[in-house]
Parts: sequence; C-alpha cells; structure tokens
Amino acid sequence: MNEPTTGRDAPILEVNDLNVTFRGGIKAVRGVSYRLDRGEVLGIVGESGSGKSVTSLAVMGLLPEGTEISGSVKLHGKELIGAREEELTRLRGKSVSMIFQDPLSAFTPVYTIGDQIAEAVRIHQKVGKDQAAKRAVELLDLVGIPRPDLRAKAFPHEFSGGMRQRAMIAMAVANDPDVLICDEPTTALDVTIQAQVLEVLKTAQRETGAGIVMITHDLGVVAGLADRVLVMYAGRPVETGAVDEIYYRPRQPYTMGLLASIPRMDRPTERLIPIEGNPPSPAALPPGCPFAPRCPLKVEACDDVEPELERIGPGGRMSACIRSHEIDLKGLDGATVYPVPEAPADPGERTPRAERETVLKADDLVRHYPLMKGAVFKRQVGTVYAVDGISFDIAQGETLALVGESGCGKTTTLQQIMQLQAPEGGTVVVLGKDSAKLGKAERKALRRDLQIVFQDPMAALDPRMPVGDILAEPLRAHGYKDAKAIRTRIDELLTLVGLAPEHAERYPQHFSGGQRQRIGIARALALEPKLIVLDEPVSALDVSIQAGVINLLEDLKVRLGLSYLFVAHDLSVVRHLADRVAVMYLGKIAEIGAVDEVYGAPAHPYTRALLSAIPLPDPELERSRTRILLEGDLPSPADPPSGCRFRTRCPKRALLDEAEARKCAEVEPTVVRLAPAGDHGAACHYPENTEAVAAPGV
Amino acid sequence: MRSKVTLARLVRNPQARYGLLALVLLLALAYLGPFFGPYDWTEKDFMAFLSPPSADHWWGTTQIGQDVYAITLRGMQKSIVIGFLVALVSTGLAALVGAAAGYFGGWADKALMWGADLLLVLPSFLIIAIISPRLKGGSWLWFVLLLALFSWMITSRVVRSMTLSLREREFVLAARYMGIPAWKIILRHIVPNLSSLLIIDATINVSGAIIGEAALSFFGFGIQPPDVSLGTLIAAGSDKVTGYPWLFLFPAGLLVLLVLSVNLIGDGLRDALDPGSNK
Repeated sequence: MNEPTTGRDAPILEVNDLNVTFRGGIKAVRGVSYRLDRGEVLGIVGESGSGKSVTSLAVMGLLPEGTEISGSVKLHGKELIGAREEELTRLRGKSVSMIFQDPLSAFTPVYTIGDQIAEAVRIHQKVGKDQAAKRAVELLDLVGIPRPDLRAKAFPHEFSGGMRQRAMIAMAVANDPDVLICDEPTTALDVTIQAQVLEVLKTAQRETGAGIVMITHDLGVVAGLADRVLVMYAGRPVETGAVDEIYYRPRQPYTMGLLASIPRMDRPTERLIPIEGNPPSPAALPPGCPFAPRCPLKVEACDDVEPELERIGPGGRMSACIRSHEIDLKGLDGATVYPVPEAPADPGERTPRAERETVLKADDLVRHYPLMKGAVFKRQVGTVYAVDGISFDIAQGETLALVGESGCGKTTTLQQIMQLQAPEGGTVVVLGKDSAKLGKAERKALRRDLQIVFQDPMAALDPRMPVGDILAEPLRAHGYKDAKAIRTRIDELLTLVGLAPEHAERYPQHFSGGQRQRIGIARALALEPKLIVLDEPVSALDVSIQAGVINLLEDLKVRLGLSYLFVAHDLSVVRHLADRVAVMYLGKIAEIGAVDEVYGAPAHPYTRALLSAIPLPDPELERSRTRILLEGDLPSPADPPSGCRFRTRCPKRALLDEAEARKCAEVEPTVVRLAPAGDHGAACHYPENTEAVAAPGV
Repeated sequence: MRSKVTLARLVRNPQARYGLLALVLLLALAYLGPFFGPYDWTEKDFMAFLSPPSADHWWGTTQIGQDVYAITLRGMQKSIVIGFLVALVSTGLAALVGAAAGYFGGWADKALMWGADLLLVLPSFLIIAIISPRLKGGSWLWFVLLLALFSWMITSRVVRSMTLSLREREFVLAARYMGIPAWKIILRHIVPNLSSLLIIDATINVSGAIIGEAALSFFGFGIQPPDVSLGTLIAAGSDKVTGYPWLFLFPAGLLVLLVLSVNLIGDGLRDALDPGSNK
C-alpha cells in the first residue's frame, strides 16, 4: 500500500471539529478534535451520555444511516468522513481496529475462536487457510491464552469473560493496525481480570506500535495507561492535556469535580465530594456553558456563550472554561472549590462492638445447586458449590462489606439471607430470630426490619408504577391503612433521600440513575428497618453521581442507626463505606476483619492481589506500583480445587517448598484469627504479615 | 395513585378520546336508537319486502319485511354484550392462568399448561356444537362462557413465558422481600407490565368473539332465531350483497365501527399505562 508521504511526527489519526447529529436533531457530539501519534495512548474520559462512544463510532464510520456527521477524520492524512463504504471496509480491521465492551456479543457464537481470528487475517492479507490458522494460534499466544493451539478450536461460550476479551484483542491486532480504539474494554470484567487484560493491551501495543484510543469512565484505568487525556462533557471536549497535568492540575471545574468525587482507596476517611445535579440531556442543552448549572465557580458570564477549548499551557494543554486562567493562578483544586457536604454529627463514643446487639449472624451457611442434565429425564451430574460454609455477623450500627469477583457467591449469600427460609446448611439469625424456625406471620413481621437496595436502579423499580405507589407498597403491605398517613410518609421519605415530594406522581423512567437509586433507598427505608442489604448500590452509577449516593448512605446510617450488609466488587467504595469487610473466593470467606486492618495489612494472598489490581486515579502512583497479577480465571464453582480453593492461582505457592505446598492441596484452611487483639482473620495456611502492597500510604 | 395518573393520561390522549366518543355514540345508538325508530324489531311489514332505505324504513327491510334499522340495532346490543364479555373473560383468564403458571412454576405450571394444551387440541367447534343444544332455553351467558373458554390458551402461553422473565426482575424480588403475598405481586406487578399485550389481545378478542359468534350462529348454534346478532345479520345479508346491499352494509358497517372504536381505546389505554410513551 502506498501511503501518502507524511512527516515523521505526523499524527496517524487526526480528528478535527467532529460533529454528530442523530435523527431528530439530537447533537451527540459537538466539535471534538484530537490527534493521535504513533505509539501513543489517548484516554477519552466522560460520564455516560457524554458522547465518547459516539465519537469513536463516527471515526470507524459505524454510525447508523441518517446520522449527520461533519468535520474531518484523517487517517494518515486521508479523509475518512464521506469516504465510500468499500474503502472504509478495507480500513476497518486493517488500519483501525475496535475492541468493544461486551466480548460475548462481539463474537459469532457458531464459529470457533480460531476460525474467527483466522477470518480476520484472511480478509485483509493474502494468506492461505493453514497459514491464517497458524497466525491465529500465534495471536492467541501473544495475548496470553494458555495452550492456544487447543483453545483456538473452542467456541466463544467456552471462554470466560476475560479470555474472550483477550481473544478480542488478538483479533483486533491481527492485521497490525495503526490505531486501536478500545471502548470500555474492561468495564464488564472483574478487577483481577481487568489487570490481566490491561497488561495484555500494553503488550499488544508494544508489539504493534499502534496508537490507542482508550474510552472509559474509569479514571483509574486511564491514569495507568494513557499518555494524554481528553475529558468530555455533554458531547464536547472540556479539557485536554498530558495525563499528569490533568490529574494533578485540572483547570476545568468539571474535571476538578470528577477527580474529587472518586472514592480513593488510599484516602478513605475524607468525605466524598459529589457534583450536584445531572448531566444535561443532549436534546435540551442549557444556554452558554453546559456545565454551568452544576458548576460551583459559575459566574454570570458563563450563561452567555459556550466557552471554546482554549490553549492554556504548553503541550496541547487546553481547557474550555472562561475561568481557567484564574483557576491556574490561584491554584484551585476540586476539594477546595466544591462544597464539602457536611457529615452528620457522629453520636460520639459508641459502645464496643461486643456489647452491641447482633443484627445478623450467618453461621456455616451453605447453598449448593444441583447441576442437571437431560430434557425429559433429569439427572444430577454435579453440584455447584455456590456458597460453601461461610460465617459472619453484623453488629448494630455497623457496615459489613462482602467483596469478591463475580461467581464467588456474594449474591447467593444475600439471597439466602433475604429469603428468610431455612438454608440448606448452617443457620441465618436475623435480629435474634433463626430463619429456619420462623412462622409465616413472624417472617412477614421480620421483613419490616430487613430491607434491600438493588444494583440496577431501573430494574428494581416497577416501570409501570408512579413513584408514590412504589413507596406506598411496603407501607400498605405492613399495615398502613390511612391514605393520608401514607401520603405524609411518602413526602417524608422523598425529602429524606434528597428528592421533592411532588416527584411522587412521576414514573421511574423520568428520573436519572442516581435519583432512581435514591427512590430505591427511600423504599427500603419506608418501614424504618434495622438492617439494609445493599446489593452493589452504586456500581451502575456514574462517578459524579455515585459520590452523592454514597454520602447519602453514610448519613442515613448515622442518623437512623442502620446496619448495612454491603455487597460490592468495587474495593474503593467498600473502603469508604464499610466498617468491616469479608473477602469471598469461590463460596468461601478468604479474609475477614476491620476495614483498616484488612486493607492495611492484607494477610491472604488473594486479598493482596485484589487490592493491588485496583487502578488508582493517580498517574504517578500507578506507574510506580508493582502489581500482583493473578494467573488464569476463577475455577468453576462446580469443580473447586481440593484443599485451599485459591491454590491454583496463588502467587505464593511458587515460594513454598513441596511439603508446604502439599498442605495447601490437601488441607482446607479455615478462617483463623491473626492476632488475639485485632479484628482480623484469614483462611490461609501461610498468611502474610508484612505491610500493605496496594499503594504507599495505604 | 396509578389509576388517577392513568386516567389523566388516557383523557389527554386524542386517539383514546375519539375512540371513547365513538364507542359512547355507538352504545347510545344501540340502546337508545330503537326508541326513535318507527318499527319494533319483532314487527314485520308485509307491505314491504326487500325494500331499499326510505323515509318509512330508514335502512330498508328484509325479505320477510323486518325493519333493518330495528333488527340491526337489536343485533348490535347482543353483539356488544357478547363481544365485551368474551374478551373480558378470555383475556382475564389468559392473564391469570399464564401469570400464575409462570410465577409459581413447578407443579402449578405443569398442571395449568397441561390444561391449556388440552383445550388447544380439543376441537372447540365440535364441543360447542355438542354442548349448545343442551343449553337451549338456558341463558346466552353460557354461550359467552363457552366462547371464552376456547379462546384464551395461546395468549396464556405467551403470558407465561413473559412472566418467566418478569419473575426474575428485581422489582418483583423487591416486592417478595417486602412480604407482599404472591397473588398481589401477580396482580400489581406482573399483569400491569404485560398490559400492552393484554390490551391488544382483548381488543382482538372483542372483534374475534363477535365474528366467532357469527360463524357459530350461521351453523345454527349460538344466537338462535328469532333473536338476532350482528353476526347472524351479516351471515344472512352476505349472499344478497350485490342485489340488496343494505342488508349487509348496515350491520357490517356497524361492526367495523365498533371494532375500530374498541381498538382506538385499546391503543390509548396502552399508551396511558405505558410510561414510555409521551403522549
């Protein structure tokens, strides 16, 4: 291919004033410009709806017909906007490749992984079938898939999520592309797998020398990977610059707020700073600066005209704010600019944990699912050990977090508790009452005190019910008869969670994600429960919204004396919200104890790996820290390893001698208290007692 | 609160407003119209056989001298009652059986769906034909029940499979964890979330029942002479449509108007119940 002659430092991809307008006049992207050099990683950051994905789809020419696209996208100096479809098809996968968020839907289920990668090779290169198949195996080896020759013959559903994403990367780099566009490539993955995939991505970039456009909402991922960052808000770039500049010296209020609102694992005690309000809908943008309604630095001039992206420093440092220079001069940052919401007064000295009432106690809880086969005559072919003997307790006024990767049995545990039925094995005692011995009326009465907040705020609220009815439902079920009393209580609840009473007549879909989650919380609070189970309550929310909900949960806990059982996979949020934490692995508790002790001195190798896998929104720390990378995936809970369940992935096993290793394979460790004084236990034969590895200062 | 909001949305919807207006007018025509006509539906005018519409006989007469205006309205009364009752019973049965089968699962599911399958394979026409002579002299409500009994199964299978996915949704779980009894969850959360399907099904059932009744009447079951329904009138008039169009056009036209207005209301109700529509 003869490329147009370009200078050595000419960008491979150059986007200039890109505008995308969907049918119906919705302006999704407004004036995005960036350039990508060879071997460079550009992070595009923004909340959902900020137009970051649409931008990349426009670059690939993958937007639906009827979408108006203007501006210019140049690949090696060649214009792509308005290019013919055949030409774009030739470029896609060859010069520009894309990695999507959901790796399952990105593969065709009926062909083997190897065939699909080989197909990608054969489309753009003139090679024979055998050679393409060979190349596919090489590529799978490159992305770290064990025994690639065998795995190439596997079908997509036989791969785990992390492996699929790696195969996706293998396919994307199959033709040595110049540009790799990654759209939230690790959002659907667990942290330890995310760390693996990011590592693979770095390898792939080293091998191909491609430029990467990394689209994500996770500021931690960007901090560790990107060279330059572009922050988007309401379809527009609002700030751009080198990664350190953006993280340490943000000059645009939105970026400042975004960085201040992230819960940090290394700064757990600070109160989170939410950005008030919601991002504007692209159909109804405010006049002037779109961020002005939420901005703490707003002045009157902000409403006059939308600020352009202006140069504020060397090295392509640009910001779209009329007060950028002022911020620069005064050296303001998010923590000083944004109002820190006041924490409710702590009720002072609390009685020691041992003397407080125990609201929930699970003892040796077991839940196995039979694995059935056959359509007509079902027979059991195995057992899924979803939860295999876990014990914990929650004292009044305390938050216990249950953390672990998907498939570790968190959700099953939670369901066992919520059902208030006799568990398969062990006992669940809620507020002093054994769930196995409850009568029907007692169970219903107990439900008053045990409520739940779900993960997905859309699915948790009946879409056909106005908010008022949703909140009235638990009230009516538990004996509120008087319509007026119900109405008063609904108003109270809505105010309590920061909404207005007149919201009662609207439907859930008229609210944003954060507001819906607040409605979910209000419903859980309706009957003044003693214990609330939180099932990943903030994982579906954007960062700036998440901070507000976390603060709300903290406030309510103090004000109403609630206890939480908090299930999460985000360890930074856990650090912020929880008093104690239990780390689960394959249906067992690996480590349990007070948050500070577990995070400060993790004893179980799994906890250590988990903590080190979390990306921190701090570029310098990210560069300096060493990661403990776990190998492989979570074993199937239907066939857990003998002895210690973690031994197949344990980084510590390499350091053990034969006799010690045999103990791991033969004897199953139980949770042992590490120090007689502390609240900290781990299920490991050889627990660690050195200092934390997660990050300096943790 | 939901009923109040829904009603407000229904009235705001122009489609539903026209549908409601048309239905009210048709009902008025069917029940008040006969008082204004010059003839009773049982009267026969032996001076005018098959006479076209005139000042005396507004919509003409039949071959035995009945006034078409009078008998059409009489037939419409019957058809409206039959159509609405059958639709109500059949859709209600489909929703309850399907939702219960899907929600409870296990043996309840097996038993209910087995019953539905059994009714599906039985030749409904034959059964109605066998049973209806025994009901002679009985109330025509039996006929309505029979028609409804054989028309709910397919919908209930669809309802069941939709319930299976709804059952796993978190708002249903939330209700269960709140201590809401199962039948209340079915009525409050599951059935309203299927309302699009059910409303469309009910409106189709209204027209289906009117036409089905006509087919049965044609073969001598169902509404028996001297009583009439729109179905029997259309059946009787259809072979003379070229020579004496008024025998066919008036009942058929009214049937179309009736079904149309029901459909309009159905569409409006669906939009009003669905917060996703912005009408």
